[in-house]
Amino acid sequence: MLEIEIDGKKLTVNQGSTVMDAAHAAGTYIPHFCYHKKLSIAANCRMCLVEVEKAPKPLPACATPVTDGMKVYTASPLAKKAQAGVMEFLLINHPLDCPICDQGGECQLQDLAVGYGNSASRYQEEKRVVVGKDMGPLVSAEEMSRCIHCTRCVRFTEEIGGFQEIGMANRSEFSEIMPFLGKTVDSEISGNVIDLCPVGALTSKPFRYSTRAWELSRRKSVSPHDGLGANLIVQVKQNEVMRVLPLENEAINECWLSDRDRFAYEGLNSAERLQKPMIKFDGKWHETDWQTALEYVVKGLNGVSADHGKDAIGFLLSPHSTTEELYLAQKLARAFGVNNVDAALRRSDTRVAKQQQGALWLGSSIVELAASKSILVVGATQRSEQPLLASRLRQSVKKGSQLNVIHVADDELFTSLNAKLIVAPQQLVNALAQVLKAVVTAKAGETAIDLAAANVSAEAQAIADSLCAADSASIVLGNVAQNHPAFSELLALAQEIARLTGARFGIAAAAANTVGADVAGANPVRGAFGQNVTAGLSAAEMLAAPRKAYVLLNNEVEADSYNGQQAVAAMKQAATVIALTAYKGAGLLDYADVLLPIAPFSETAGSFINMEGKLQSFNGVVRPLGETRPAWKVLRVLGNMLSLNGFEQNSCEEVRAELLALGDIAAQLNNGQSVLAANVAAGNGELVRVGDVPLYHADPICRRADSLQQTAAAAVPQLQLNPADAERLGLQDGQAVTVAQGAAEVSLQLRTDAALAQGAARVAAAHPATVALGGLFEPIQIKRG
Amino acid sequence: MAIFVKGVIFEGVDTTAPDCWHIDAYMARGGYQALKKILDNKMPQEDVIAEVKNSGLRGRGGAGFPTGLKWSFMPRSFPGDKYVVCNTDEGEPGTFKDRDILLYNPHALIEGMIIAGYAMGCKAGYNYIHGEIFEAYELFEAALDEARKAGFLGQNILGTDFSFDLFAHHGYGAYICGEETALLESLEGKKGQPRFKPPFPASFGLYGKPTTINNTESFASVPFIIRDGGQKFLEAGKPNNGGTKLFSISGHVNRPGNYEIPLGTPFATLLEMAGGMKDGKKLKAVIPGGSSAPVLPGEVMMELTMDYDSIAKAGSMLGSGAVIVMNEDVCMVKALERLAYFYHEESCGQCTPCREGTGWLYKVIHRIANGEGREGDLELLESVGNNMAGRTICALADAAVFPVRSFTKHFRHEFEHLIEHKKSLVDHKWC
Amino acid sequence: MLSAESLAKIDRELAKYPADQARSAVMGALRIALTERREKGATPEERCLNSEVIEFVANYIGIAPVAAYEVATFYNMYDMKPVGKHKITVCTNLPCALRGGMNAAEYIGKKLGIHLGETTADGKFTLLEGECMGACGDAPVLLVNNHSMCSFMTPEAIDKKLAELE
Ligand SMILES: Cc1cc2nc3c(=O)[nH]c(=O)nc-3n(C[C@H](O)[C@H](O)[C@H](O)COP(=O)(O)O)c2cc1C
Ligand code: SF4
Ligand code: FES
Repeated sequence: MLEIEIDGKKLTVNQGSTVMDAAHAAGTYIPHFCYHKKLSIAANCRMCLVEVEKAPKPLPACATPVTDGMKVYTASPLAKKAQAGVMEFLLINHPLDCPICDQGGECQLQDLAVGYGNSASRYQEEKRVVVGKDMGPLVSAEEMSRCIHCTRCVRFTEEIGGFQEIGMANRSEFSEIMPFLGKTVDSEISGNVIDLCPVGALTSKPFRYSTRAWELSRRKSVSPHDGLGANLIVQVKQNEVMRVLPLENEAINECWLSDRDRFAYEGLNSAERLQKPMIKFDGKWHETDWQTALEYVVKGLNGVSADHGKDAIGFLLSPHSTTEELYLAQKLARAFGVNNVDAALRRSDTRVAKQQQGALWLGSSIVELAASKSILVVGATQRSEQPLLASRLRQSVKKGSQLNVIHVADDELFTSLNAKLIVAPQQLVNALAQVLKAVVTAKAGETAIDLAAANVSAEAQAIADSLCAADSASIVLGNVAQNHPAFSELLALAQEIARLTGARFGIAAAAANTVGADVAGANPVRGAFGQNVTAGLSAAEMLAAPRKAYVLLNNEVEADSYNGQQAVAAMKQAATVIALTAYKGAGLLDYADVLLPIAPFSETAGSFINMEGKLQSFNGVVRPLGETRPAWKVLRVLGNMLSLNGFEQNSCEEVRAELLALGDIAAQLNNGQSVLAANVAAGNGELVRVGDVPLYHADPICRRADSLQQTAAAAVPQLQLNPADAERLGLQDGQAVTVAQGAAEVSLQLRTDAALAQGAARVAAAHPATVALGGLFEPIQIKRG
Repeated sequence: MAIFVKGVIFEGVDTTAPDCWHIDAYMARGGYQALKKILDNKMPQEDVIAEVKNSGLRGRGGAGFPTGLKWSFMPRSFPGDKYVVCNTDEGEPGTFKDRDILLYNPHALIEGMIIAGYAMGCKAGYNYIHGEIFEAYELFEAALDEARKAGFLGQNILGTDFSFDLFAHHGYGAYICGEETALLESLEGKKGQPRFKPPFPASFGLYGKPTTINNTESFASVPFIIRDGGQKFLEAGKPNNGGTKLFSISGHVNRPGNYEIPLGTPFATLLEMAGGMKDGKKLKAVIPGGSSAPVLPGEVMMELTMDYDSIAKAGSMLGSGAVIVMNEDVCMVKALERLAYFYHEESCGQCTPCREGTGWLYKVIHRIANGEGREGDLELLESVGNNMAGRTICALADAAVFPVRSFTKHFRHEFEHLIEHKKSLVDHKWC
Repeated sequence: MLSAESLAKIDRELAKYPADQARSAVMGALRIALTERREKGATPEERCLNSEVIEFVANYIGIAPVAAYEVATFYNMYDMKPVGKHKITVCTNLPCALRGGMNAAEYIGKKLGIHLGETTADGKFTLLEGECMGACGDAPVLLVNNHSMCSFMTPEAIDKKLAELE
């Protein structure tokens, strides 16, 4: 510890701190532009110059290490003169047209110019003009004359994004910030450069010039997309969501947002929003009032129940719905006598629900996971599943953690891996079994799982060594693992490895409320907080053995199910499909009978439980659009109309209180598996589809965010094959091919990619071009042309 | 072209002989004896460093930092790689001595760097060579091959357990890469943007490893120091200013070129060696240490001796030893305008005061030179300069300000006249 | 994109640096790529670096294309704009100016009928102003095609050189 003084205030700081860190600790503000706590130190803006006793010249606070006994003066005449000098330099070439600048009102340069600058301009030469750049559909770089060369954006793409996509070209005053010639900025977390840019050079393309910062009100919320649970500030004007910014939460999203979290709000204002209840009769859709629509629903449910029994009804609930909605939905179903309730829509392994002992979760906090010395990620397309988690693990590697991967493709993670095992989907179980086998040997342990068919490869050995040697280790199963038909096996194997190595294990939840769904009882076998219920069918079972009636909450089965083809067929044969939805999507219009407009997360109170089991509540930020109503209210009224008990809640908070009174969330989190049987035999050589979910097709909201849909990540999926497989099939890179599953054929372009495991045929899910296909991890046929 | 007087580096080098640079010629002049001496005697590393300290050798790249002391900063027992790096990015206007070392006596540098590698426990070295002298780079690569073939570079040098290899890295046109940390960035394949110090290269240098950087002339002086002793080197100059030094004389003299003479030689003598003033014109001004050093009026210079202390006392610096001589026909505003353009063009662009300030200074001086100066411009120049100097990561901003301050101080009347009368006091002729 | 010979040269550059520091070779690789383009290019456009070559070099070295672009634009000698068959760079910095640097530039410009920074209509010559080349004692100095330095370039010497380059 070092003793220092800042502006006469004494404090002790850690060895290795900078003057900026110390000032922060002392609550003293030092003006700065290039410094950012999450980025490397550049010390190039020189705004943070301060006086240090005995130093002959002012020193940059951001880069100057503290020494014992140091006396710092942040506002002495010398410091102030230096700061004013720098401010003058920053302004000489900066356009002084704040009133028409998009950053006006939230510009660090504007703010600091007032406090630290001189008023009159002594610069009478012509100002520099810098031409705008095209960074793609999300980030606007039109106004590059405003850039002050702090290089935060450059450092962000390189250090946090993992791959430098923005550079500073040229030198001297001709330096220009730009992406590579003709390239856009494609990082899945690119939008953060907008927040980082202290001036109006990089701004949000969708938001640009739509409104002025001071006309917006700021409301807190939680991202409804992936399972990380990023904290949001949603900015609103005249009852419309205009922009989404990060709300800093060091334990979850730090100060970042993924582009999905940031730009998906455009989907909230989509023209496809359903604004009035609608009923289909005579083969046509008719808008109607709520009363009529709800009566129609009640009649439909009672009718099917009378004719075919309660078991003929299925409830398919979205893991993107709030905990309160899911709780009421399953309560309604069960009170009505329907046991077929599930929110694990893309899960194909029907055994999991029957074996689980609690809500599946990450197995640790996000911070603990990131701090693990050895991490094994199994079956995850990390950068599209939870972009910020992928970025966080990248930082872990920088800090010395070993990252290991078992996956179906050697996807670019922009970080170095300790070891990786890239295998076809049907080999995933065998791959993880190899690791277990190596662990059993290393630890001289025992396992009930028969590992005879597992031959330990060098990579598996390296992974096992890494897990065994680390004093903290974690195993995480990603979305691919969770949707895989052998999810049970993967869980059981992970559990055994964890038991023998002392590692934690769990799942990286795909959706904002995957964990909340299990806690709230949106599960065919477990009620809210694990209450005993009569077991019903899982989502996959309800679709494999079609029901007569379906109630859909907040999902579009063609895109949100494991097998879109089968799901749509099931809908079409049903007597009635009742959809509570925010959108009138083409699919729903085709197969549903009733559409009830429900509020997306921005228009209702609610809560999500993120992957680490943290419940985060939020309020609506705008009033529901048109005649939209919060789903909890709709469910409550339906409960009343169906004459069920327990539907008297007057607010979302009451629903939440009722649920939370049932138990303790932490006690529910449990990845334990009772059954440890696992067939670890390596699969055969047929081509198996890798149906992972594209970044911007994961949920109904982001599928309708126009700007996200213009990104490269949202392009029409290609068939990706290992070049060896393509050659074997006589196919060439770039050619058109027809892929078939079951009755459906779709034509796609082939892209050979050595990153893909042999035997894996990547055809992404959830995209309009591929929803007609079948199971996400099932055999797939490929034909020429 | 180097002209030997009483030198260390060019002793015995016949620069007119086409093969003077070859290893045979070098060895015939006593080359590689210092290295053999060290290896044969298994000379302790500390002793090599002590000898360099004794010599009083001060860095020849501009800052004049004692070389032996710098070497002693390298962590002794660092577990990983360490590097020695030579700075041949000679780009300071007026300086052209290091090129001649590469062209006529490259093995002196190679031997000096091997000895440095030995003394500091480095296993590899790089010589960063100025972009525009590609032919010197190619020749240096050929010299490296010779040294490698002769067993002075590579594994187990001369059969000992000392291994060291040396590579040439070619720059491609950026003055800033002469600054040592910019040079390291460039050597790492990045833009040459200086690093903030601390940490200093001795603890965090090339690839983040302990690194010592010296100028070409500094390294090339080392074989003499080891072979003939530090004392002998010291005696060749004057106290605190050991050795001989290469002076690059350019401008209005009859015989521009490199002169290796004892530190402490009077400027008048040096001027005479260079054949005196061209066309018998009057000496007006001298920049004694490269374009970044403050200019001094001719009459002041005539009283000075060429060494670090004497020039510093007169308010300038010996810098790299580049002596730019100007006669009475030079308009000092025009001369400054050209230098200001250079710094504007060469600023690496990262620090705000330098990126914006060098441009501002140039634009104002340009305006004055074109008869568009305004009242208050000299105060503006001074104030802008004050806001730049000492406020940046590296000393380029200072280097840009020194000429402005000194030109406007010593030749203020020329600037005032131009501002007031919109035309120069001098009937300007470059040459 | 590049000849086997150029790739072999780049490999030689790569061998100078530790295996995990391939990035160090980017300057050399860009220089080699530019040299090949200068020698093979039929038009001014084909003689300078463009985004395809830079991206190719970046991928060959294993760095981000924009990082290679930063390098290509930071250092003066990489030609990023169309350039004549012979690029002549004249040092006009102060020490050279004092010994005829400016005059040499002017002389060449007049002779070729172009200004500094321009290329002759036939695409043969580009004339540029350079900063200190570290050869001030030999002024006036020109650098031809980045790699060949010509000293003491009096008008007669310039005439001779230009004739050679025809
Ligand atoms: C802007 C700038 C340019 C420099 N240019 C050179 C140069 O061309 N050659 C050189 O040896 N040192 C140059 N230096 C000094 C180096 O940073 C460094 O001090 C020197 O190479 C150390 O070697 P020495 O101790 O042997 O002098 C420059 C410094 C600055 C700030
Ligand atoms: S002072 Fe100038 S040259 Fe030096 S680091 Fe700063 S911007 Fe670059
Ligand atoms: S914040 Fe310290 S120099 Fe920019």
